[in-house]
Amino acid sequence: MIHIENLTKFYNDICAVDKISFDIRKGEILGLLGPNGAGKTTTMRMLTCYLRPSSGSITVKDFNIEDNPVEIKKLIGYLPESAPIYPDMLVYDYLKFVADIRGIDRALQDGRIKELAGICALNAVMHKSVGELSKGYKQRVGLAHAMIDDPEILVLDEPTSGLDPNQIVEIRDIIKKIGKEKTVILSTHILSEAEATCDRIVIINNGLIAADGSTEDLKRQAGSDYIINVSLLNAVFEEAKEALQSITGVSEVILAGSENNQIDLHIACRSTNDLRQDIFKLIKEKDWGLLEFNRETKSLENIFRELTR
Amino acid sequence: MKNILNICGKEFRGYFISPIAYIVISIFLILTGWFFFSTFFLYGQTEMRGFFNLLPLTFSFIIPAVTMKLFSEEFNTGSYELLYTMPLSSIDIVIGKFMAAALFTAIMLLPTVSYSLFIASIGDLDWGPVIGGYTGALMLGAAYSSIGLFASSITKNQIIAFITGMTLCFTLTLLDKMLFFLPESFLAFIQYLGADYHFQNISKGIIDSRDLLYFLSICFVMLYSTDLVIRERK
Repeated sequence: MIHIENLTKFYNDICAVDKISFDIRKGEILGLLGPNGAGKTTTMRMLTCYLRPSSGSITVKDFNIEDNPVEIKKLIGYLPESAPIYPDMLVYDYLKFVADIRGIDRALQDGRIKELAGICALNAVMHKSVGELSKGYKQRVGLAHAMIDDPEILVLDEPTSGLDPNQIVEIRDIIKKIGKEKTVILSTHILSEAEATCDRIVIINNGLIAADGSTEDLKRQAGSDYIINVSLLNAVFEEAKEALQSITGVSEVILAGSENNQIDLHIACRSTNDLRQDIFKLIKEKDWGLLEFNRETKSLENIFRELTR
Repeated sequence: MKNILNICGKEFRGYFISPIAYIVISIFLILTGWFFFSTFFLYGQTEMRGFFNLLPLTFSFIIPAVTMKLFSEEFNTGSYELLYTMPLSSIDIVIGKFMAAALFTAIMLLPTVSYSLFIASIGDLDWGPVIGGYTGALMLGAAYSSIGLFASSITKNQIIAFITGMTLCFTLTLLDKMLFFLPESFLAFIQYLGADYHFQNISKGIIDSRDLLYFLSICFVMLYSTDLVIRERK
């Protein structure tokens, strides 16, 4: 559906995006992740034909952004960061204007606007001017703007910023629903959001792709490093440490806390096998009381921080 | 073409949603009305030459005020990103906005038609120069709108856009009057570049293709430059 190759963008001497390449398939929800200034917005702006790449190419379906920008723009619905909509226009007038430009039949416009007002919960503000709206409402008008002619590709730059938790859940549901048939590209730095909505995640750092894959893939890549937390009764830390470190794969044992005769331990493991079996055997042999025992799967936060540090 | 009309309609309606239109039109009518009628009865001649003589100067600062927001405001608020990522080419946007400004100028001139009706009612008015004058005024308005639009496209600050536009328009208006000390042969050339000279020709009632061509070429050069500027922003 979308093919990006060696995409590069310079702002004067600063390289914002550095030769990135990836493909986006139809019906995929792709999350672009990265710290501030990583190049997410620049990539999206090039994809939506707002910025011209310094070099490299983007092809959407059979259209190239150099030759057929207008055709590509027809396929893409775009919500820029912070939805900069004309402040002195009424919400209804604005959506009508967008519908006109997007070439929606006049007779069908009102029906479509009503439908979107329902989806994005805009009914209460339809006849207010955009300048009076709160950030959340503005964001939703922007979302309606992007979806107005049901485009095949949606590009959303931080779609949930400024929304309250209920709205965030609503918007995520909408995105997931749309993502079943359409291609969605969204950028975010909220990791749980990417985890909850996206099929695939591309992490960008300093203009380069740091990782690319599904959330499971990314976790598996980082999966050989993990931590096991245990709370033991009647154990002495020094003795437990020594015994645990004799297990192959355990790299470090850290005392997280102790009270009365209970100790809490973080056991850092580096192994492709699950070491819980071995640790449990050891605990049984030593006859310690076991209060808590869990393996901490590495969260996306950790992966993200490792990759973008 | 449809998109040009959509943009034009949106911008034109935009003028009347905000107070800009009413303020600009009022100032224009008060100024031209005052300067024209304060001497009209002293001369005692049923003609509108006084009105048209003054028009290039008034337009020089009124029209940049009308056009200053067209691009600058969009760049400043960021709404340009939304506009440009809709299925439009940069030429659609430039021509749409230009048409809105030119149309606004025409609407601004409309009430002054009553001056000519009034003059015709108290004396014998020669309609030739009046019709020529309005044709010239529309051409001049369009040319200055394109200059103002260009000034607006080079900055995101509306005040800078206004001052740049005003400077360019004033220069074109006063070009031949400021350089009277130059040799005559050279002055003829300079005069040909000035907007006022061509406007005065048309407003005498002589509609010459050279004068029309002059205004059309200003529009073309300015709109083309605007298009280049906004495409270069990327």
